[in-house]
Amino acid sequence: MSLDKFVYMANQIASFFVTQGQETAAASTADHIKKFWDPRMRAAIIAHVKAGGAGLDPVARLAIQSLPEVSSVPEVKSEVGQATQTR
Amino acid sequence: MSLTEHSLVKEIDYGTPRSNAEKSVTLSIDGKSLSVPEGTSIMRAAMEAGVEIPKLCATDMLDAFGSCRLCLVEIDGRAGTPASCTTPVAEGMVVHTQTERLSRLRKGVMELYVSDHSVDSLDRSKHPDADLLDTAAAVGLQEVRYGFDGAHHRNPGIDDSNPYFAFDPAKCIVCSRCVRACEEVQGTFALTVSGRGFDSIIAAGMDEKFIESECVSCGACVQACPTGSLIEKKVIEEGKPEWSEITTCAYCGVGCSFKAEMRGDEVIRMVPYKDGKANRGHSCVKGRFAWGYANHKERILKPMLRDKIDEPWREVSWKEAIARVASEFKRIQAKYGIGSIGGITSSRCTDEETFLVQKMVRATFGNNNVDTCARVCHSPTGYGLSTTFGTSAGTQDFDSVEQMDVAILIGANPTDAHPVFASRLKKRLRQGAKLIVIDPRRIDLVRTPHVEAAYHLPILPGTNVAILSALAHVIVTEGLVNEKFVRERCDWDEFSDWAEFVSQPRNSPEEVAKVCAVPAQTIRAAARLYATGGNGAIYYGLGITEHSQGSTAVMGLANLAMATGNIGRPGVGVNPLRGQNNVQGSCDMGSFPHEFSGYRHIARDDVRSAFETLWQRKLDAEPGLRIPNMLDAAVDGSFRGIYIQGEDILQSDPDTHHVAAGLAAMECVVVQDLFLNETANYAHIFLPGSTFLEKNGTFINAERRIQLVRKVMEPKNGYEDWEITCLISEAMGYPMHYNHPSEIMDEIAQLTPTFAGVSFKRLEELGSIQWPCNEKAPEGTPVMHINGFVRGKGKFVITEYIATDEKSGPRYPLLLTTGRILTQYNVGAQTRRTDNVIWHHEDGLEIHPHDAEQRGIHDGEWVKLASRSGETTLHALITERVAPGVIYTTFHHPDTQANVVTTEYSDWATNCPEYKVTAAQVSPSNGPTQWQQEYNEFARKSRRIATTIEAAE
Repeated sequence: MSLDKFVYMANQIASFFVTQGQETAAASTADHIKKFWDPRMRAAIIAHVKAGGAGLDPVARLAIQSLPEVSSVPEVKSEVGQATQTR
Repeated sequence: MSLTEHSLVKEIDYGTPRSNAEKSVTLSIDGKSLSVPEGTSIMRAAMEAGVEIPKLCATDMLDAFGSCRLCLVEIDGRAGTPASCTTPVAEGMVVHTQTERLSRLRKGVMELYVSDHSVDSLDRSKHPDADLLDTAAAVGLQEVRYGFDGAHHRNPGIDDSNPYFAFDPAKCIVCSRCVRACEEVQGTFALTVSGRGFDSIIAAGMDEKFIESECVSCGACVQACPTGSLIEKKVIEEGKPEWSEITTCAYCGVGCSFKAEMRGDEVIRMVPYKDGKANRGHSCVKGRFAWGYANHKERILKPMLRDKIDEPWREVSWKEAIARVASEFKRIQAKYGIGSIGGITSSRCTDEETFLVQKMVRATFGNNNVDTCARVCHSPTGYGLSTTFGTSAGTQDFDSVEQMDVAILIGANPTDAHPVFASRLKKRLRQGAKLIVIDPRRIDLVRTPHVEAAYHLPILPGTNVAILSALAHVIVTEGLVNEKFVRERCDWDEFSDWAEFVSQPRNSPEEVAKVCAVPAQTIRAAARLYATGGNGAIYYGLGITEHSQGSTAVMGLANLAMATGNIGRPGVGVNPLRGQNNVQGSCDMGSFPHEFSGYRHIARDDVRSAFETLWQRKLDAEPGLRIPNMLDAAVDGSFRGIYIQGEDILQSDPDTHHVAAGLAAMECVVVQDLFLNETANYAHIFLPGSTFLEKNGTFINAERRIQLVRKVMEPKNGYEDWEITCLISEAMGYPMHYNHPSEIMDEIAQLTPTFAGVSFKRLEELGSIQWPCNEKAPEGTPVMHINGFVRGKGKFVITEYIATDEKSGPRYPLLLTTGRILTQYNVGAQTRRTDNVIWHHEDGLEIHPHDAEQRGIHDGEWVKLASRSGETTLHALITERVAPGVIYTTFHHPDTQANVVTTEYSDWATNCPEYKVTAAQVSPSNGPTQWQQEYNEFARKSRRIATTIEAAE
């Protein structure tokens, strides 16, 4: 299951930014995740935090809580509609 | 004009190397007045003035030797007839190269050479391969008074043991150009002149056959030979080449320039090009000789389809194959969403091809699910150097090594992985520069003929960041910081925070020694040498990046360079030795899911709108999936189709079982490659690709150098790779029209500020260009950050050592690390299909004698290598190159599949896999594991091609 990996990755990112200063760590972690994570990964980890966020370190949890909701998660396994190539 | 109407590219041989002196000297040669740099030889000065002095033992790749006595000249006011190769020019000198006396002397010398040669006349038509007779004719020799039947020098017979070249002692004049090329250019010292007088002969190793000696088959001796005594076997078999083109090697990130020498549409040989600024006329066994894969019987030339991966392949027309790709991708997107497909660009393909793949993903697929193999090698370099300096690339050109005084070589093994750069480094080290090697393994450069590292720090795998902080600790606490540089160029507050961090006792060599297993005194001495030894340059490889703290380690290197002021001039810098021929280019071209070409984030509205305007498509502002994320998403069900151009992720990516599971979960895997690689075992559509000899385009090497790749034959598969991408895009409803790759480069230049001044025309004019190339730097930028960092102030980053979670313990007590070997290249798809397999036909496991004895393992026996991810078997190589507790293997052969063993841990910033640390155990074994046997059977079945269409049903 990928979620375990996402938790691990978020903790790993947070553990680097913690060394750069406690006060900016959560914001930097959030920024990193926003810059590099595909929306479906962000949506999964945000949902995980809402469901309790088991396994997440405090800074990682704070960071994910500060992430904006993901608006454009690709629909998964939906049978409806013909996808267009532009959005 | 057809390709074969080109002529042979002739390079002028000036006889002796160029002098770099600034002072100029004026002299007269045969009545012509000219000025040349001080230190230039008369021979070279004459050639620059268009006067060719006959020569045999001299060539401008080598220092003057003065042995053949053919290049004699007369100088007014000086007695005798000095050799022009060894005599430097002097102010006011008056030189005569053509006099009656000189002519007589040269004929006399030549007569002696010819009398010892295995010819029976001076008739060149009777001896077309006796190159010596050309020189005899040039000096006007018309008779040999001694006859042709006298005693000849020793001739033990032709040595054709090397697969690529032969040595015929009968043609040898013992001028020692080969010996000197091996020493001066390659730095291997494999050749010597054995015996004296008529007994003298060129000998490899200890009078061995070439193949048995320490010869590395770089070809420098063959290139240097003036008589054809050492010659490519292909020339013997097929005849001399008739025409040639300058092109760029498609192996490693050094980016050597070659002349592809052709006869009709067949390659006769690849000869390194002296004006190539990366290689300066040198080569290695791969680029020089290992190009035969292009004609290998296993190369696939027709598109193929199958509905399921357990079916045999069915050959189809291009039209049918492309239509299937388009219909499948459209079907998948309709069913699973726009983000359900993606693409992988190839670091083996050209910039133009790479650019088009990412363009197709972003514009045609409508998402940003594009990635490249840099993900698994130097993505941390991009992140780390961009964060600290502001540019995702190395800071220097390779010429810079000539001004280096002390080098730190960390996590790189250039004599195997970047051989031509290694030769240039060794040359500088022989001149007296110092070397610090930081590597778990005793690589060749630790001690090799006439080179010995000042310090070797054999750290435990996974402790790079700790050792870098310890080096910084010494530099800061012993007052070795270049404060002037730091105050001027860097953010002082960030520096202060960093200096305080590294000064903490836990970062001292004495503490770090416990983690790294390197004595504190050695760490201190190495740090002092780097900080005080003059121009300090850092060269590093995947031993830095492929760790869970890969990006942190890159920033650690940048910190060291800034603290010591070793940035922004020739001879210094932070230099990644990049793996693939075009991995720099593939990154530059926007192959990452979060950024466009030129490393600009897709969320930037100004950048995105420029692309949207030109491409006439709305583009997604959200980052896409990286390769490991794609595989995860495939297993989770949201990623269902992939287009892979020229990359073998099954063999090259970590944790093979996981990659296989991801690929198996997809509904449409499209592989575009030369061969049915391991990934193709899971493919539904195979599109045959073209080789670098069959296409036009550009590659970018580790120096940021953009170089032309020129087509010397038509693609055997029918299309250049960029044309195939265009076909797919058009079939999916987004036509991309280009008549020539130069038009793609024009589009890249239009959209990418660092490439604004680049075009094929400019590349033709300048030979090569190092980006950034724009209005500010119209001819490119050899050395970066000269008057300040690209990002403004250099940024010091705190690099706290966080040990990887991949830990050794009772079950897996050893640490496995991986690397390359000289004669094979990465997954071996190309080199395994050449005669290079003579040198390395399988991957072996290096293990220390102590660890081997404890386990009852004997040299050459099968051993089982197991980790938490999986297990494989291979043969043991017992060696003290690795420390006790450390084991090492290469990953060139699919039979071994070293990546079955590597784990899924990855760099915190970029997900670059942690290939370089795997906790493992080794035990004696009887042979291949069940998995290996099953995989071999699966691969065999998967590669079946139906002979008729009916058979597939």
